[in-house]
Amino acid sequence: MVLDEKVVIDARGIHYTPLNELIRQAVEDGATEIVLKNVLGQRFIADALKADVCIEIYGVPGGDLGMFMSGPVCIVHGNCEHAPGNTMDDGKIIIHGSTGDAAAHSMRGGKIFVRDYIGYRGGIHMKEYDQKKPILVIGKSAHSFLGEYMAGGLIILLGIDQKGPYFERGIGSGIHGGRIVIRGTVDDRYLGVGARKMELNENMLCEIHSLVKEFCNYFNIDDKPLMDNDYTVIGPSSSRPFAGKYTWE
Amino acid sequence: MSLGSVPLKYRIDIDRDQCMRCMRCVENCSYGVFRNEEGKLILNSRKCTACHRCISMCPRDAISLKERPVDYRSHSLWTGEAREDIINQSRTGKILLAGMGNAKEYPVIFDRLVLDACQVTNPSIDPLREPMELRTHIGKKPPRLEFKKNEDGDVDLITELAPNLELETPIMIGHMSYGAISLNAQRSIAKAVSKVGTFMGTGEGGLHESIYPYQDNMIVQVASGRFGVDINYLDRGAAIEIKIGQGAKPGIGGHLPGEKVCSDVSCTRMIPLGSDAISPAPHHDIYSIEDLAQLVRGLKEATQWKKPVFVKVAAVHNVAAIAAGIARSSADAVVIDGFRGGTGAAPKVFRDNVGIPIEAAIASVDRKLNEQGIRNEISIIASGGIRNSADIAKSIALGADAVYIGTAALIAMGCRVCGSCYRGLCPWGIATQREDLVKRLDIDSGSRQVANLIHAWTYELSELMGAAGINSIESLRGNRERLRGYMLDEGSLDVLQIKPIGA
Amino acid sequence: MDGSAIKDALSLMDERGSGEGAGYVAYGIYPDFPDCYALHVFFDNIVEPKSKVDDLLSKWGVIVHQEEIPTYEQPRLKRQHIPWRYFFKPNKDLMVGSLTPEEDIIIKTVMGINSGINGALVFSSGKNMGVFKAAGWPEDVANFYRIDSYKGYIWLAHNRYPTNTPGWWGGAHPFNLLDWSVVHNGEITSYGTNRQYVESNGYKCTMSTDTEVVAYLFDLLGRKHELPENFIVKALAPHFWDEIDSMQPRERELNRAIRLTYGPAMMNGPFGIVVARSDGIVGFTDRIKLRPLVVGDDGDRLYISSEEAAIRTVDPDIENIYMPKAGEPVIGRVVI
Repeated sequence: MVLDEKVVIDARGIHYTPLNELIRQAVEDGATEIVLKNVLGQRFIADALKADVCIEIYGVPGGDLGMFMSGPVCIVHGNCEHAPGNTMDDGKIIIHGSTGDAAAHSMRGGKIFVRDYIGYRGGIHMKEYDQKKPILVIGKSAHSFLGEYMAGGLIILLGIDQKGPYFERGIGSGIHGGRIVIRGTVDDRYLGVGARKMELNENMLCEIHSLVKEFCNYFNIDDKPLMDNDYTVIGPSSSRPFAGKYTWE
Repeated sequence: MSLGSVPLKYRIDIDRDQCMRCMRCVENCSYGVFRNEEGKLILNSRKCTACHRCISMCPRDAISLKERPVDYRSHSLWTGEAREDIINQSRTGKILLAGMGNAKEYPVIFDRLVLDACQVTNPSIDPLREPMELRTHIGKKPPRLEFKKNEDGDVDLITELAPNLELETPIMIGHMSYGAISLNAQRSIAKAVSKVGTFMGTGEGGLHESIYPYQDNMIVQVASGRFGVDINYLDRGAAIEIKIGQGAKPGIGGHLPGEKVCSDVSCTRMIPLGSDAISPAPHHDIYSIEDLAQLVRGLKEATQWKKPVFVKVAAVHNVAAIAAGIARSSADAVVIDGFRGGTGAAPKVFRDNVGIPIEAAIASVDRKLNEQGIRNEISIIASGGIRNSADIAKSIALGADAVYIGTAALIAMGCRVCGSCYRGLCPWGIATQREDLVKRLDIDSGSRQVANLIHAWTYELSELMGAAGINSIESLRGNRERLRGYMLDEGSLDVLQIKPIGA
Repeated sequence: MDGSAIKDALSLMDERGSGEGAGYVAYGIYPDFPDCYALHVFFDNIVEPKSKVDDLLSKWGVIVHQEEIPTYEQPRLKRQHIPWRYFFKPNKDLMVGSLTPEEDIIIKTVMGINSGINGALVFSSGKNMGVFKAAGWPEDVANFYRIDSYKGYIWLAHNRYPTNTPGWWGGAHPFNLLDWSVVHNGEITSYGTNRQYVESNGYKCTMSTDTEVVAYLFDLLGRKHELPENFIVKALAPHFWDEIDSMQPRERELNRAIRLTYGPAMMNGPFGIVVARSDGIVGFTDRIKLRPLVVGDDGDRLYISSEEAAIRTVDPDIENIYMPKAGEPVIGRVVI
């Protein structure tokens, strides 16, 4: 029996297994808001959690935050380690900071918003099916191989306040579905194998603007300078990148 | 008393129901197997070399070929071939001449080596999506770099690099001379290598004018006959190769018969029309390792030290020590030609019995140079019996920098390895100078096919490297950890410096 | 600083290990013997192997002091060796034809002991520094050696998940030779090539693991070839050719020279590596970033780790945290 729908958990020194147990228990008890304090390096927070709950995380959660997660909203006040949103099904992860490599790895649905930068291979192998379409929005910059092997979904990289280049080589390397949208212009040499620039159509722009609005709203950023059409859309040159690779014996 | 005839080597049969009497076989066979007698197709199987030209041109798949259609009494020692060689030599009293590489059934070491791949402890790399570097530099490398601090506090490089050939794939095409092969064959290869960013050897046949446009991708050869060698020739090549020996016939020279010395060949070789082109066994200015170093320097001096100089030797028992000697000269690369290396013509007794396999030669040369701390200062190019991309990967893992392919490139242009190159009647237009036959080889398609082959192998090589978690060819070179020996004896494993499977 | 915070930081990443190997190295811990090489040795017993080591060392120099390294039993840690330390001064007149005779004597004796004397393994051989390692969890190994009782100005620590030589004390990181210490996360797929290169330059690989070649590569390129750290890293994790092709001529020539000359030193496969020497540390990853590496910089102190959380264990409020680019060195120098 829960008196308060908001539950506060001090995570200091707690291993992730008991921590997730506490979270699941709180959800079962009807909590709609969970606050995790003093998080430091615990992996798998909200792993496979299927619930309508908001988890506020203070500190640095370990790798695979929100792995297989379906539904919850995680708000991280700090940086994430590797692969937040790994194979995530639904829900949101809002990160007031940066992430390590392979953010949104194989993500199938839901949204991830990263205020600052992400590491290498962000959005690798994101995929969409039917109504499920994963979204990754990055505020500042991304390292190499952004959207590698991407099979579906949408990545938006905004380059906010960036003076130098905010993306690196191999964008969309092996992409065979979905779109990568980058603020400003992108020289062809940054594109990975099988990626090409595409036309920015009205529908796409609408979708971008709405996601940018949502992003700015979370991080208290003025969205006005971003509401133009200065975006480069990158997509697959084919949905069959391996066609033409083989010859029959 | 007559020895009589020996049984047929091959028997050609025609499915008369299928045959539409188009007579393409008659037109295509340069050996005279087929005759058109008033619309009737007459066969003489005894003339067949199994070149497959007729089979490949028959629109109805009506031709079949059977090897050794007549049985001998079986005997594992006195094979049909052994008996026929004796009959031949007792009839003629001469040395047996043969074409292509070693045809004896030695075990193939390549086929007893297996490659490695990543599982769990490191990720495979997808070469299609992530950088995969096969760029290879052939040439001298310094043992170390030296730097000097300049006034601005920056460091300046003071070591000067020797000129290197830059290859986009570790696959080159070995030396097959104009004379041994046709101009169309050479031009096809030249066009292919310039397209894929690699190099080919001219062989000892000089450089025909029509090859000049591809000269930046040519390695010109200086062999014991010095045919076609002048300063114009040396200057045109991207690199120079001194040919000491050849894997198919170590220790002996060669000669191009006068019949093959047509006017064009005579011109590029710079010898009189119709005269034999004789390459002595040794270079008569090289009777010792120090003399070799002299010739290397002589060539370097002639080209103002701007071009890499390679030295090609046949893989013989002492090849490691020889290579170490070569490494001490100014030479940039040592080419080792294994005993399966191809040839237009070689005495059969040499082709099948002299020298060692390339796999063992690479490993022992690499080991010797490593022991002496000079491995990276010189490049190793391996050749002789490389049939596919796996052979290349294994060669590199055993210590080669790059490989030469020869026979494989010929097959890409049509050759079916019938081994009758020395007869000059190659119906594919490759190993012939007969104009009507040469014309059959279309340069555009020939070059496309050769380029396709290099491209496909390069592709497979990058896949093999990616699977092994390696994204740059330097990290495969000499990386015996990624090889294992399957059913190899302890002695061979030791020479190859590899562990057995499962170890 | 003492080793307690390092222990906590490393223990935070227990998840990355398997309890079969952990280790620490600290610089500046032997101020009483600053000019001696501190040789840390695992003895299987102190009868035969030790007398052989004593003999060998006495031939090549003077043992100034020696003692068993103090250890404290831990319930989860099985003692397999007796850790011993020598403070040793080599007699440099005995090594002719060398520009660095002392170091060469140390390398020769270390390689000689490790490949030639059964039951003895030298795992640390620098001046005023020492490696402490064993098969166990990070906190147990730390407590076994009481690393919180050592005060150092550089610390490296490593938690191992062995696949090849589990439970072998020598297989734990850091690996050390002379002044160089290395910790490594990942696997080097080019090991065979690198090994051949260092062995052809006189080193012997005796640890049955890939990481030791990194120490030898640093010694070869850094001490013998006198390359600055950033060039060593460029040799080990070079720029891609397409990047080199698009550089300005001077830089292009330099990078090309490094790749050609040091091709066999190039390391492939996934790695995050930190190398320490008495005057600083350098951290870098493989060039396609297959392992994590996070840097924290508070101006006075530089932290390099696989995880940000570990850095925050030591310094919770650090502000400047970032991820370096793949293959780019992060260099920290000791300021006196």
